[in-house]
Amino acid sequence: MSHHIVEVKDLKYSYPDGTPALDGISFLITHGESVAVVGSNGAGKSTLLHHLNGYLTPTSGMVRIGDLPLSKSTVQAVRRSVGMVFQDPDDQLFMPTVADDVAFGPLNLGLPLEEVNDRVDRALTTVGALHLKNRPPYKLSGGEKRSVAIASTLSMSPDILVMDEPSANLDPQARRRLIELLSTFTHTKIIATHDLDMALDLCDRTIILHGGLITADGPTLDIFRDSALLRRSHLEKPLSMQGCPACGSMAVK
Amino acid sequence: MAKIESTFFDIGYLDTLSYQQSPIHRLDPRAKLIVTLVFVVAVVSFDRYEISGLLGFFLFPVVMVSLGDLPLGYLLKKLLLVAPFAVFIGIFNPILDRQVMIVMGPLAISGGWVSFISILLRFGLTVTAALILIATSSFAGVCLALERLKVPRSFAVQLLFLYRYLFVLIAETRRLLRARTLRSFDGRGLGIKVVGSLIGHLLLRTLNRGRRIYLAMLCRGFDGEIHTMRRLKMTGWDFIFMFGWILFFIVIRNHNLPQLIGNLLTGVF
Amino acid sequence: MHMADALLSPAVGGAMWVVAGGGITYCAGKIRDDMADSRIPLMGVLAAFVFAAQMINFTIPGTGSSGHLGGGLLLAIILGPHAGFLAMASVLTVQALFFADGGLLALGCNIFNLGFIPCFVVYPYIYQLIIGQTPSRKKMTTAIIVSAVIALQIGALGVVTETVFSGVSSLPFNSFVLLMQPIHLAIGLVEGMVTAGVVSFIVKADPSIILAADRRDDQQQSETSIGKKILLPLLAVAVITAGIFSWFASSNPDGLEWSIYKVTGSEEVEAPEQGIHHSLEKLQEKTALLPDYGFKNDEAAVVPGPENGSGSTVAIGTSVAGLLGGALVLLLMVLLGFILKIKRHSRTE
Repeated sequence: MSHHIVEVKDLKYSYPDGTPALDGISFLITHGESVAVVGSNGAGKSTLLHHLNGYLTPTSGMVRIGDLPLSKSTVQAVRRSVGMVFQDPDDQLFMPTVADDVAFGPLNLGLPLEEVNDRVDRALTTVGALHLKNRPPYKLSGGEKRSVAIASTLSMSPDILVMDEPSANLDPQARRRLIELLSTFTHTKIIATHDLDMALDLCDRTIILHGGLITADGPTLDIFRDSALLRRSHLEKPLSMQGCPACGSMAVK
Repeated sequence: MAKIESTFFDIGYLDTLSYQQSPIHRLDPRAKLIVTLVFVVAVVSFDRYEISGLLGFFLFPVVMVSLGDLPLGYLLKKLLLVAPFAVFIGIFNPILDRQVMIVMGPLAISGGWVSFISILLRFGLTVTAALILIATSSFAGVCLALERLKVPRSFAVQLLFLYRYLFVLIAETRRLLRARTLRSFDGRGLGIKVVGSLIGHLLLRTLNRGRRIYLAMLCRGFDGEIHTMRRLKMTGWDFIFMFGWILFFIVIRNHNLPQLIGNLLTGVF
Repeated sequence: MHMADALLSPAVGGAMWVVAGGGITYCAGKIRDDMADSRIPLMGVLAAFVFAAQMINFTIPGTGSSGHLGGGLLLAIILGPHAGFLAMASVLTVQALFFADGGLLALGCNIFNLGFIPCFVVYPYIYQLIIGQTPSRKKMTTAIIVSAVIALQIGALGVVTETVFSGVSSLPFNSFVLLMQPIHLAIGLVEGMVTAGVVSFIVKADPSIILAADRRDDQQQSETSIGKKILLPLLAVAVITAGIFSWFASSNPDGLEWSIYKVTGSEEVEAPEQGIHHSLEKLQEKTALLPDYGFKNDEAAVVPGPENGSGSTVAIGTSVAGLLGGALVLLLMVLLGFILKIKRHSRTE
């Protein structure tokens, strides 16, 4: 296992109609790191994520996952080690029941049935959703759907978790539970989000994307303290770092 | 097609019913599917003027509804809601076929009325049978049964996808319609032009969703085959259920049970 | 308009099931061979889309009534005929199961009328013919509207033919056609306009969607050969199945009754006295205490006349006995239902 688990080098991508989306991006993420990818709408976050599991092929540049440079021949192996959690869990939970869905990946890996069952139970227990096992996905609440979607990637035992807006559309309590759950994971995490407070809670490192370029890459706290940088990138300080409008006290971070 | 709210309710409700626990729910969906098909064929195979022979077939829905804990009132209401087509076509029978067929004292009943009643009975029986099947087997169960009965896999899988995203898309459509209703006044904004782009929007979103789902499947190692964990196993009860009913249908198809009882009675008096 | 079980004979229903099943098997094989895997979820969500889109109703100009989308043609245009047919068939399957639109036996008919016809008759022979090699916006609109109207006309004709061949309804072919076709002319026009609206919206928003469908078809054989390849064998199968069923019925009056004679001009429907009623009569003679009572008024009650068909043989005695017995059977069933329900609840509680 390589120490540099995700490496992106001079990645460029244009849509089929010629619109450039990523304009030369490079970064290196090491094992066990937790990285937030933030940026305004249309900054290229989703496009970047879609490169990390080989759904999109770069116009130029390179993506390397572990020891494998991403190419047609390695894409299956890469998808095995990169677990992708989608923004809309409805897109991800397509099987008739929760158990079927969590089993979908392991069954595609060709694992024996007992092993699949075992993995389903373990993954659901990890996210605290074992009691939902036999429910159909459309009967779940937003938070439950999110948990099950995470379980459905965990059951493939990925090394890397890539998440697109995991806290979107969750009520505050479900969001808090999600943050607590994610903080227990030892996987390498890449989280694309607008929820800067969650980024602050979960990620030591933040990458800011703007207009298809990386405008900043560094420790999360340093970046979020730089108001000018945030403004340039169409972002705003996380609420927990803003002063309290009611009592006027400054946040301590 | 009924209104969107009631459609939403209906699918959800039948779906909920199908997750109940009862002796009928526990049976293998294949057994229920086959029995239902034989039932429907037997019912419609009667001569157009048959009434009494059909009555014996009510035993099947009666037993299934009571043992399967299904709400009778709801099923009857559904039946009434979908009746118009059968009535619409059937009502021509009494108009066109006026030959007197049965004379009961002062009452002369034409063949048309007899066949009209026969159509209504058939209608009631076949519709209830379909609803009972889904309410006791769940849609996923029926799909699995279809697949095991050699219906092409891609069709069965596709049915599952349709069902799964029905809920999502109906909710989306509801939001679109609400947005339209809130901004259209005096019937303006409800015409075909608006509908074209409304449906077009929905279609675009759906196509994008289709792409995302495919991506989600690829991410988890989809290779063209969909594997499921579910295994079906026909037990002794399933076979008893299946052959028992089929035998019963064959018997009452060929021997008019109510007629027989009636004859015995009129014989007595 | 959906065909319903109640109006269908097993022969017609069975024959159409065979056709629909053949179509599904053929198309499923085709999809597996030709198309990328991405079609499978796409077909599913698009089928769900058609379902949802059918709930968007709209006022039809000048009439005040409302209409909705059918969807078969739209699916064929977006997915190509094979995948479009499968998606439409799945929509109809769900409708048959959940909304009792039609029914299980009528499903074959409905898949044929609303899926097969738009995808394999109208799409290749009319839509693609009008569009030709150089598609334009105007041609597309014309093609869609004409196709939708024709698809619904043939579909309605299908409903009429299936109903008349089944012989449950008394409606003669001519008057039924006169009843159905004009209504479906209006429905077809509306369907065409809506479909054209949707397609032109899509073409504006993302032309690659429709183009992709066209390209896919080019990669396969030309549409006409597809049409021929699937249409003729399936029709042959349908005719053979119907033939077998009707032969079985006519040589076996105890089994399935086949009323095709109604249509072919002869008013005779075979009299069931050789069949059920006959065996019953025998049974009754053996079982009843006063064997002759039930048939006492036979001769008086029979209304002679060629129009009467099998009706003439249902005699008063049998009817009275039938009514009485029927009432008793229903009563017994209601009782049984109650008993089963109570027993079940006492056990679960």
